[in-house]
Parts: sequence; structure tokens; C-alpha cells
Amino acid sequence: MEFSEHIKTANVEDVVLRRPFHPPMQGTLCVTGHHLLFSNRDGDSSRLVLLLLRNIDAIEKRPSVSSGTITLKCKDLCVLQLDIPGMEECLNIARSIEYLSSLDIVSDMYPFFYRPLKLSLQDQWGLSSPEQNYAQMEELQDRWRLSHVNKDYSVCPSYPPAVIVPHSIDDETLVKVAKFRQGGRFPVLCYYHRKNGMVIMRSSQPLTGANRKRCREDELLLQAVIDGSGLGYIIDTRSNQQAQQARMTGGGFESKSSYSCWKRLHRQLERGKVLQESLIKLVEACGDHSHSVDRWLSKLENSKWLSHVHTALATAGLLAECVERDGHSVLVHGSEGTDATLLVSSLAQLILDPNTRTLDGFLGLLEREWLLAGHPFQHRCAHSAYSHARLRLEAPVFVLLLDCVWQLARQFPLAMGFSEPLLLRLAREVYASDYGTFLCNSDQERCAAGVKERTHCLFQFLLKPSEREHYSNPLYEPTELAIWPSIQPQSLQLWRGLFLRWTQHAVHLEKAQEELRNLVIECRGAS
Amino acid sequence: MDHVEQVRLLERFSNKSTSGTLHLTATHLIFVESNNTATTILHHHIASVEKLSLTTSGCPLVIQCRNFRVVHFVVQRERDCHDIYSSLLRLLRPVSYDELYAFSYNPKQNEQQREEGWQLIDLGAEFERMGVPCDRWQLTDVNRDYKICETYPRDLYVPITASKPIIVGSSKFRSKGRFPVLTYFYQEKKAAVCRCSQPLSGFSARCLEDESMLQAISKANHNSRFVYVMDTRPKLNAMANRAAGKGYENEDNYSNIRFQFVGIENIHVMRTSLQKLLEVVGSRFLSVNDYLLGLESCGWLRHVKAVVDAAIFLTKAVTVEGASVLVHCSDGWDRTAQVCSLGALLMDPYYRTIKGFMVLIEKDWISFGHKFADRCDQLDGDPKEVSPVFTQFLECVWQLTEQFPQAFEFSEWLLLQIHEHVHSCQYGNFLANNQRRREELQLGDRTHSLWAFLLREQQNYLNPAYCPTYADTHPVLEPSTLPCHFKFWRNMYHQFDRSMHPRQSVLKNVLTLKESNCQLEDTIKDLETVSTCIKSNFICHIQMNLWKELKTAVHKCSPSNLTELELDTERTVEGSSGTERKESYSDLQGTYGAKAEPAVVSLEFGVARMTC
Repeated sequence: MEFSEHIKTANVEDVVLRRPFHPPMQGTLCVTGHHLLFSNRDGDSSRLVLLLLRNIDAIEKRPSVSSGTITLKCKDLCVLQLDIPGMEECLNIARSIEYLSSLDIVSDMYPFFYRPLKLSLQDQWGLSSPEQNYAQMEELQDRWRLSHVNKDYSVCPSYPPAVIVPHSIDDETLVKVAKFRQGGRFPVLCYYHRKNGMVIMRSSQPLTGANRKRCREDELLLQAVIDGSGLGYIIDTRSNQQAQQARMTGGGFESKSSYSCWKRLHRQLERGKVLQESLIKLVEACGDHSHSVDRWLSKLENSKWLSHVHTALATAGLLAECVERDGHSVLVHGSEGTDATLLVSSLAQLILDPNTRTLDGFLGLLEREWLLAGHPFQHRCAHSAYSHARLRLEAPVFVLLLDCVWQLARQFPLAMGFSEPLLLRLAREVYASDYGTFLCNSDQERCAAGVKERTHCLFQFLLKPSEREHYSNPLYEPTELAIWPSIQPQSLQLWRGLFLRWTQHAVHLEKAQEELRNLVIECRGAS
Repeated sequence: MDHVEQVRLLERFSNKSTSGTLHLTATHLIFVESNNTATTILHHHIASVEKLSLTTSGCPLVIQCRNFRVVHFVVQRERDCHDIYSSLLRLLRPVSYDELYAFSYNPKQNEQQREEGWQLIDLGAEFERMGVPCDRWQLTDVNRDYKICETYPRDLYVPITASKPIIVGSSKFRSKGRFPVLTYFYQEKKAAVCRCSQPLSGFSARCLEDESMLQAISKANHNSRFVYVMDTRPKLNAMANRAAGKGYENEDNYSNIRFQFVGIENIHVMRTSLQKLLEVVGSRFLSVNDYLLGLESCGWLRHVKAVVDAAIFLTKAVTVEGASVLVHCSDGWDRTAQVCSLGALLMDPYYRTIKGFMVLIEKDWISFGHKFADRCDQLDGDPKEVSPVFTQFLECVWQLTEQFPQAFEFSEWLLLQIHEHVHSCQYGNFLANNQRRREELQLGDRTHSLWAFLLREQQNYLNPAYCPTYADTHPVLEPSTLPCHFKFWRNMYHQFDRSMHPRQSVLKNVLTLKESNCQLEDTIKDLETVSTCIKSNFICHIQMNLWKELKTAVHKCSPSNLTELELDTERTVEGSSGTERKESYSDLQGTYGAKAEPAVVSLEFGVARMTC
């Protein structure tokens, strides 16, 4: 498509840009297909500000007779303001931004045009494949196999081509199980606990419906999972009541009578609209500059964001405890099994598995448990907290994950190989990125759109030596032990680095962190 | 009775318990677990002891401490429990100063060291550092014998033009004789921060000497034509005081003042507020929402912000406008002390160092007569006089250290340690209500100084992010007053609830790293000195190898291994040993079969198993 059709005014002179931490700047504004470019020539020095249009969440314009003001609220929570001389120019630019910032054809998006010199499209895309993951885990290979039943995505469109299932379950059975699970998401292995051989499985809800349909193959598969150990847990990320209600719409849960060796535990995790609204309220509270402590606390409470953090960590703790302390395998699911399910299973892995706490390991976890496991990024991250657009499928599940990981890292500052800047970077990239990693909703869509051939991979980039250092935790001391977080409300904190990123306060903190970092590196370097 | 066996200590936020033996000494309560770890509680720290009704497992005894430790014992036999209870009741209400621990505390120190400890801080030198006396401010001897004001120190600084009759007249017109005196001098603009108590103005009374006194303060500053008078009370409170013959300055009578109410609540409101806060965060199965609602409704953070806001106002008036400010509340020893000292901390980088911070407390709190004995309940006294004013000040400082992580030489450990000892009565510094009483008690001869103790182990209180040059670029701190920057101080109010803390501490780790690095550098230096001395190449060669080996050796034993060992001390705030969480989640077995308690993972899980 031709972007220029939507750019009536490409250049405006004498625009004033106001943004956090900088004095107002006068210069030239330029609109391109994917960016806003602002340049200012002050004597010899010229400065350039580049803003990805995709990053813009909401635009507010206040035109007046001879000029206009555009306020840009970004998905990274930054708020900018442009004072544009000329009403017509102002309106034209606003219109271009409105249109170009909400493109929804994947192949039009910037990652398909981003061609930096230092990267090549021939570089490896992604960190690892299901095959490689399987090959690395020798211990599990006598009881678990890699199935290619989904190689053309026909059994489950949101699963990767290869998944790990019990050895005794053949592909034919899997196809039947898939028909009994929403979206075809049959139970697959996502974590193998080396210490005791217990596993974490995930799936979507079973389609038992109002008349309590059963599926022998499904029961067989789950039986095969706990073969020998006798008992397993199902963590349902919905309340008991929600699970009951789901039957009315064809969904359901594993009943005691059909799955006698499985004990169901219900933990209600919010998702979808509720979560999105929570984020919106939280961001609104953080942007409220009134001076009343009471008002702030009541808004913070009202957003419920920290409650969601709490529930997610508590459920992940429960899951990890079932596996490590109680020595039982666990199946996690909610309804679709693409949101809360992934949140809980990946947090539990961080708690249990030291390999997921390195920089490489963490990105690998995200690749396995979010990208390949089919978290619908494009739907969930179409808009962030400022957007006035009607909410559709948006939900900040991934941001919630990052927040929970940040809480973990705060409680175990030496246990994580990666740093807060990595989490902040991911929180930004997931909404607007130069890289193709978070495009589309599933592996299938990514392949179909040619994402892996025609865009660059964020994770590969973050692991380059130049970046790696910045995103590593200099205090990192690997530990084999599980890291059990405290989930007392007093132990949880608002993630200031993300939600108060654009206040002056954040600058002080960042500088201090940088200083500490250098100090540690210096100390370590000396010895 | 000196010890009771088979006592169980219940963990506060889980169902876990440990059993051991409870010992009672003249000064301490000591609980020794079967694995020989001991929990020691100083009697002076105990705020209340409560005997709960008998249960099947024994007789519960709940002890609340002033350092926010709460311990819950279960004693098997009721008679033993009653014995402990009544002994504690007797022990924790000392009626005379002589009974306080400071008079019997005897660290291994000789008399000379003890005396030196008391000489560490010299307030005369501190005023000199500020540039006082000078051509506008003088040292007055009117209070040499505590005759004018017995709650002030002997040495006071007043404007050069304030004659003795003016001082005497003014002091008669001020509550408790606390007339306006200098507490901080901002040299750059020659602006002064003065403090006093409320005037005895009633509805219409005036006092010419007091008016001259304020005139004199104004004249001592050429930058500004007026003096700000900050009444730190809410307007309503100040007006109510007029009915009792007290009140506030009438702008019509004082030709050159700008009067301002600040609205910090009184000691009773603060006491109730903190009590409510502790109730909220002390409840065992607290949800996030109830926690946040509780934080809001107790009002504590609102009060903390009010104090910081007042300090910011003071700082701006002095540093930006160059005006002098007179601060008072009712008696001028609570809110006034908070605002003056916090303001000075914002204005002067010196007070953000360890030594400077001690000087600040010595000056604005100890010497100017903050009633530590009454406020901290050192002797059995009027419970209405008890109030966490100083705790609140420490918290304000903490909030600032959180906003400016590079500006302070000390970490929160120093604040916690000072707080600990304000209540411990182990050192003489904070005993009694004012300097005069302290002299009568001969504290300088009979007790030890906390400052000496803290300075000796100051490496424990260093803030690794501190940047000494920060003061050059930020001589005056300008904190944000946005409410989202005021946080709950977990390490103060849950200092002893270890399950709640981060399992690992960046601070400790970095400090250890830094220290081991210094040692390493010293070793290298030593070796380099040696090797330059030795001419022979051959020996040098050996030396170099040795040096390399040493380097690796130091490296090997450095950072985290050391930290983990160090962390496991009783007073450690942040974290337990490494990442292993023996306490909370292993409750699993203990709580197996307990009732549904939805806030805690491990407990929930207990339910799961039971109904399985």
C-alpha cells in the first residue's frame, strides 16, 4: 500500500516539541509512513527525535485559528506535545498520525521495513525450536515424546508444529483430544522438573458442555501424565463458578467422576477487559498530579492492578509448590489457555527452574511459553492505556507477567541474570517495535506473514554482545534453589520504573541504579 | 523464676512455630530455640504484654515492642505464663531514670574512650560551620543557667540587635519561655531558620519585646523585607489555642511578617494514626485491597507528606527567596523540630552525611528539648504524652532517601538503628526530656554515647549508591510532592517479620563487594610497595606470582559467599540466607488441615491436600 496517500502535509517548520525531561524544542516536523521525525538545528548541533507511529496510543488535537496543539499519548506511557503553526497543517498531521498509527495489516508494519546495517535477514530468527528444546531434555525422553501431529497447524492453529506429549499417547489420540479442547489446545508438556520428574502441562478448557460430555482419549492422556505417581492437580485459572458457567457455552472443566486421579483447584485470575481496564485506571492514577495521598491510594486500590499481580504470583507459587514440595504433576488451564494459563505456567517456571533465570533462559522461556504457545500478541497489545478506541481483544497479560517478574527480581535481586531495563524494554517492544518478534497472534500467522524471513528478531538482537551487557544483571549469582516469593501485600510494590517512568523521580532512580551497576562492574572487573 | 522450657514462638504471618526456652534476665527477655538461635528482646523495647485466654496448646502471651517487633509465645503451663507476665509487667515500667539500661550497660570500653564518645559532636563547632556568630548573629549567654528557658540548651544564637531585655520580654510572651532563636543559618543568602513556641497572644494580647525580636530577625537579613512565620499547626488548632491564652501572631501587630499555617496534625492524631497503620499491616490475611484501603484510612502517609511539604515550603522560602523563617507549633518541640531539621536536611548536604545527620539530630531534637522521655515512654508516664514524632521524622528522611538515592551517605540501616536506640535506653543520648535534666542525671559521666557506637561501625550504614559530588550539582534537594512517591516503609514496620523481606539484599551485596575490593586494592598496593623495594628481578617474579594468586584467592572468597554468611545475623533486616525459603512455604506440613486462609499460598495449598 501507499503510505503517501495518507500524508497530506509531510513537513512543517517551526513546530515546538514538548516532552518529559527536556526543555521545549523548536524545529521541523516530518511525517513518514512509520515515523514522526522531529529535527532541530541549533547552530552547529542538530538533534533528531524519532517516534514510531505505532507507539502512539491516543492523539488529542486542539486546533485554533492560526495554529494547533497535538498531544500524543504513547503506548510506552510517555506523553508528548506538538505546537504546530497553521490550523490546516495541524489537522493534516493529526489525521495522518491517526491513520498510520493504527494500521492493522501485518505486512504494512514497520518491522517489514526496518533494515539496520548491523543486522542481516539471514541471521537466525528465534532462539530455539521445539525440537531443540526436546533434544536438550534427555531425562524426560523415556516417558515423553515429541509429536509432530500439528506440523501443518491443522490440529491446533495456535500451537507450534511440534509439542511434547506422553510417550504412550499416539498422534491419533491427540487429534481426538484436540477436538475435545477449546481451540484444539490439548494438554502438552511445558516444564519438566528434574528433581522429581514431575511436570507442568497446559491446555485449554475441555468442551464438556451442559450435558457433561466425556472424552476417553482426553482422560487417557491425563492418566498417562501421572502414570505411576497416582495423583495430579489441575489448576483452573477461573473461579469454580466461572468454570460452571462455562459449561453453558460449551466449555467446562474436568469433573471429579471422569478424572478421579486429578484434584481441581480454582484460582480466579482476571483477564481480557477487566485487566485492560485495570491498566487504564492505574495509568490514570499515576498521571493524576493532585496532591492528596488519600486520593492516590484510593485510585491505586481502585485500579486493582496490584491485586492482579498478587493473584498471579500466588497462583504461580501454588503451582510451583504442588510440583516441588508436594511432588505432583500439574495441568493448568483457564478457558482459551492463551493468557492466564501462560502467565501462571511461566511464573512457576521462573520460581522453580534456574535455567529460565538467565538472560538467554528468560528470553527462551518467553519464546516457548508466549510466542510459540500462541499468546495472541497482536490482539492483546493493539492498544495500551491511553487509547480512546473501543476495547476489543486488548489485555495487558504480558505486561502483568513483566510486572510479576519484576516483583520476583526485586525479592531476589541476585537470582536473575537479567536486569530491569530488559523488562522495561520488553514492555515497550511488545506494543511498538522495530522487530517482528511480537507481530501476529501465533506461530502459524507469523510463518504465513513471512515474519521470520522478512523481519529481524528482537531476542537475537538483545543477545548480541553490545546489548547483552546492558540487559544483564551484574549482581547475578546463579542459584539452583527455587525462589519462593513473598506475596504479602506489604512485599509487593508498584513498578515505578514502568508506571512512573516519565516523572522526574524516575530519573534520580535510574541514575542511582546506573551508578550502582557501574560500581559493581568495576568491583568485579578489578578482581 | 528465670526460665521456662517448652515455650513455642509462633511466626507472625504464617502458622509456623519454633519451640525453645524462654529466659528472663534483669534487662532482657531471651528465647533460645532448640538449634541455639536466640531472639533477644530488651525490656525497654516492650510496649505491652498481653495474656490471651488459654487454648488447648497452652497459654498465649503476646508482646508488642516499640521497634515494631511483635512476638507471640505459647507457654504450656498457665502458671508459668502468669509468672512471666507479671515479671514483665514489673520490669517494663521503670519509674526512675536510674533503672534504665544505660546506667548498667557496660561495653568493653575504657573511661577515656567513653569520654571521647561524648565529645564527638560539638554544637558550637556546628554553628561555626554555618558561619555563626557573625556580624548579624551572636551567641547569647542569657540561658547559661537555664534561667530563661529550662527546655532550651545553654548556648543560644540570636540577632545581634536583640538585647537582653528584648529576649527576656519575648520569652515571657512565649509558651514555656521558648523565644525565637536561630537553628540554621543559610550562609549563601544570609537567611536564618529560627524556632520558638506559640505566642501567648490570646485574642488580643501583644508584646512589644516579642515584636522587636521578630523585627531583629528580619533586620538581620538584607535579602528580604519580611520574615515568614510558619505555624505548623492546622489553623483550627491554632485558633482554639487562643481561648487558652495562647495562639498565633497577629500580622497587624508584627510589621514585617508573612504568616502561614502549614497544617501538620498534633501528637495525638499521629499516635492514633500509627496505631491504625500497625493494626492494618499486622492483620494476618490481608488482601491487597484492604492493605491499600487501610493505608489510606489510617492517614499515616498523608501525615508524613504534610511534614515533608512543610519542609519544602521552608526550604523554598530560604533558598529561593532568601527570606528568613520563624517556625513554631504549640510548644515548639515536636512539629517544629520535624520541620526545621527536615528543612535543613534539604538545604545542606552536610546533614546528609552520617556525621552530619547525627549533628542534626543532636541540634534540633536533643538540644532543643524534644521530649524523648515522654514521647518514647521511657519511664512509666502519661500515655497521652507518647507519640511517634521522632519515628515520623526518620520516616520522612527515609522517604527522601528513596527519592534521592545518591544524595545520602547513609542507608536506611542507620535510621533503623537510631530508631532502635531511641527506645532502647541503652545509650545516654536520648534519655530525659531536655539538656538541663540530662546534666542533672550526669549522663555524660554515667552512660555511653550512641554516636560513638554508630560511628565505629559506620561501614554498616553506608549507602553504596552515595555520590559525594551529588551535593555539588544538587546542594538543595527538591523532592517531589506527588503522593505516589510516598511509600509504606516496610523495613521499619516489618523489620522483624523476615518472611516479608526480599530474600537477597542488593545493598549488602554491593557493600561487601566494595569492601572486599578495597581489601584487594590494599593488598595490591602493599605488594606493589614491596616489589618496588626489591631490586632483584627474580624475587619480583615470585612476588608477581604471589600477587596473582592472592588476586584469585580474594576473588574466590568475595562477594556472595560472604554475604550469605553475614546475612544470617539476628538484626539483619533484608533477607535470610540466600534463596532458600525454609520459613514460609515449609508451613505446608504444619498447616496441613488448617482452615481456608486464602491470602497465603502455602496455606491454601494445605486446604487442597486436605480435601483431596
